[in-house]
Amino acid sequence: MSFFTEENRTLADEIIGRYPKRRSAMIPLLHVAQGQAGWVSPEAMVEIADLVDTTPAEVLGTCSFYEMFKREPVGKYLVNVCVTMSCALAGATELMEHAEERLGVRAGGTTPDGMFTLASAECQAACTEAPCLQVNYRYRYRVDADGFDQLIDELASGSLDDEIPPHGITARVRQHIPVDRAVGALPPESVDEQPVWLAAPAGNGAGAA
Amino acid sequence: MASYTIPHAAGFVANDAPRIVTERFDHPDSYTLERYLATGGYDGLRAALERPPADVHGEVRDATLLGRGGAGFPAGVKWGFCPPGVWPRYLVVNGDESEPGTYKDRLLMELDPHQLIEGCLIACYAVGLSQCFLYIRGEMALAQERVAQALNDAYEAGWVGRNICGTDFSVDIVLHSGAGAYVVGEETALIESLEGNRGMPRLKPPYFPAAIGLYGQPTIVNNVETLANLPWIMRNGAAAFTAIGTPTSPGTRMIAVSGHVQRPGVYEITNGTTTFRDLIYGADYCRGTRPGRELKAFVPGGGSAPWFTPAQLDLPFEASEIGPQGSMLGSGAVMVMDDTTDIPAAALTLTKFYAHESCGKCVPCREGATWLERVLRRVCEGTGTPRDLDVLLEVGASISPGDFPHAAVPERGLEAKPFPYQMTTICFVGPSAFAPLHSALTLFPEEFEARVAANAHLDTELSGTAPSEVPVSV
Repeated sequence: MSFFTEENRTLADEIIGRYPKRRSAMIPLLHVAQGQAGWVSPEAMVEIADLVDTTPAEVLGTCSFYEMFKREPVGKYLVNVCVTMSCALAGATELMEHAEERLGVRAGGTTPDGMFTLASAECQAACTEAPCLQVNYRYRYRVDADGFDQLIDELASGSLDDEIPPHGITARVRQHIPVDRAVGALPPESVDEQPVWLAAPAGNGAGAA
Repeated sequence: MASYTIPHAAGFVANDAPRIVTERFDHPDSYTLERYLATGGYDGLRAALERPPADVHGEVRDATLLGRGGAGFPAGVKWGFCPPGVWPRYLVVNGDESEPGTYKDRLLMELDPHQLIEGCLIACYAVGLSQCFLYIRGEMALAQERVAQALNDAYEAGWVGRNICGTDFSVDIVLHSGAGAYVVGEETALIESLEGNRGMPRLKPPYFPAAIGLYGQPTIVNNVETLANLPWIMRNGAAAFTAIGTPTSPGTRMIAVSGHVQRPGVYEITNGTTTFRDLIYGADYCRGTRPGRELKAFVPGGGSAPWFTPAQLDLPFEASEIGPQGSMLGSGAVMVMDDTTDIPAAALTLTKFYAHESCGKCVPCREGATWLERVLRRVCEGTGTPRDLDVLLEVGASISPGDFPHAAVPERGLEAKPFPYQMTTICFVGPSAFAPLHSALTLFPEEFEARVAANAHLDTELSGTAPSEVPVSV
């Protein structure tokens, strides 16, 4: 029994093929695994280790370093409330208190129905729109108590399903390099000459097809 | 005055100042290939491909394009550090923007991804970089989607990949999403992460990326905004670029101003000449503090930068003037605090950030940042003692020995302590953990003293010999 679906296994091979060394695909594959299950299970890590030619312990080592990878199930919606300086100056502490009260869990907790995980997050790069939060990495700006309640109601009712996919799926658009356009990734040790365009300047500026 | 917020670009405010990297933001479809091509898109690449790579490199060197990621090192000079004859060389794009207060790379990726792609191509052509890895912060879902779509469209149209524009210039650009780690914004940690490892910085020397980078090969690491300037420079020339701003800080740069101002926003400002007063009080910019409030302090260059007070308002965005005054321009983020701000609590929000984000590789940072947070939290909660304030400075000195940079405080006769700082850690995260707290303690000591005064009786009188004075027998 393999962890990855057939579709994701094909995707994994495509991703690995873009890198000069397979191990570079580790973080992208952890994202694929989390997209499939909503979290990163030991089974997923074992399979990724196999795909990138390393040990499960090495995959766990990388996985556990990064905030976004959850090694146990979280809610369908991960609500990350920013608590760093600009948001704190604009009332993030009060927003977090309200969020805890509304969801009935402390920061870090998941509601019993498995719908919401509430977390405090560090700067999300939306500092002028403080206080801000992300639901499964989709922004909500200048959130007050009423706005928060409305957001939770909408998420619970499913009316935001089109905009906000379940936890684990971040980008819904993936890069795809057409085979006939790809240059390809060679292992660095197999290349020892300068690129051809340095040797003979490209020089015709003919424009794209 | 022509200054207006752009609805589809939340946070961005446009005005009459010259615009280089945000010129397309006014169009609601600025991120599409159609709009890009209709507004001069890929003309910079075409211009570059008509010249020898060394010429293109020379043009960028002449433009004195300073890196926009934080360190402010000239990109053209950095490109020249690759050792000759060592191949392949790689380009790694640093889009892991996470510095508190900063967001400009996110907007550039969301709103004009083709401009970034074109910048990557120009850099690869000029320096002979045979593959490009575009590392985008994991939490930026929309930026990842927009860049992925732009890359797919650009590949399809022949702008990226094999035989670009029908020439023998060929390069792949690979989109790589991060997974949440501030320290990965440090270039050697970024490379570690790209190799599939925990994102911990490497020791420099020997691991200067231009010499020993990705897979041990020469690697150029450039910030998103830096690369986004290249198409304009290739279209208009270095002379047009240096005509904006000052000779040592030419062009424009994007600055996010947040906190207690009437109109927070991301602004593209003229480099070198715009002052903090212009930015915080100008009618075209933030329009001052809220009614009835006074400016108390501001962070001039992202969470890692020592703080300024109103005494430094007339300084311009010119690195050579900011360093001697005790801070840095960093990543282009100004955070404004008015007179309602609880200074120790504000400092704690940043100290907590660094304690959380320390990667754990260097002991002074891992332990020091954690203890700074714990002790400062105790002070903020009213259970700290006067001795705690000394402890904070002692712990800070274990991360960054010697006099830490700070701004002048004219009313107390305190002169500025210029940059740089010393550090006992591999990367800047360590000293950054100390910077906000050190500034707060230096500029507003009375706010800390007031918090701990009532607990003075709890400090035990220490007796005996200090550990450093105990004779060691070998």
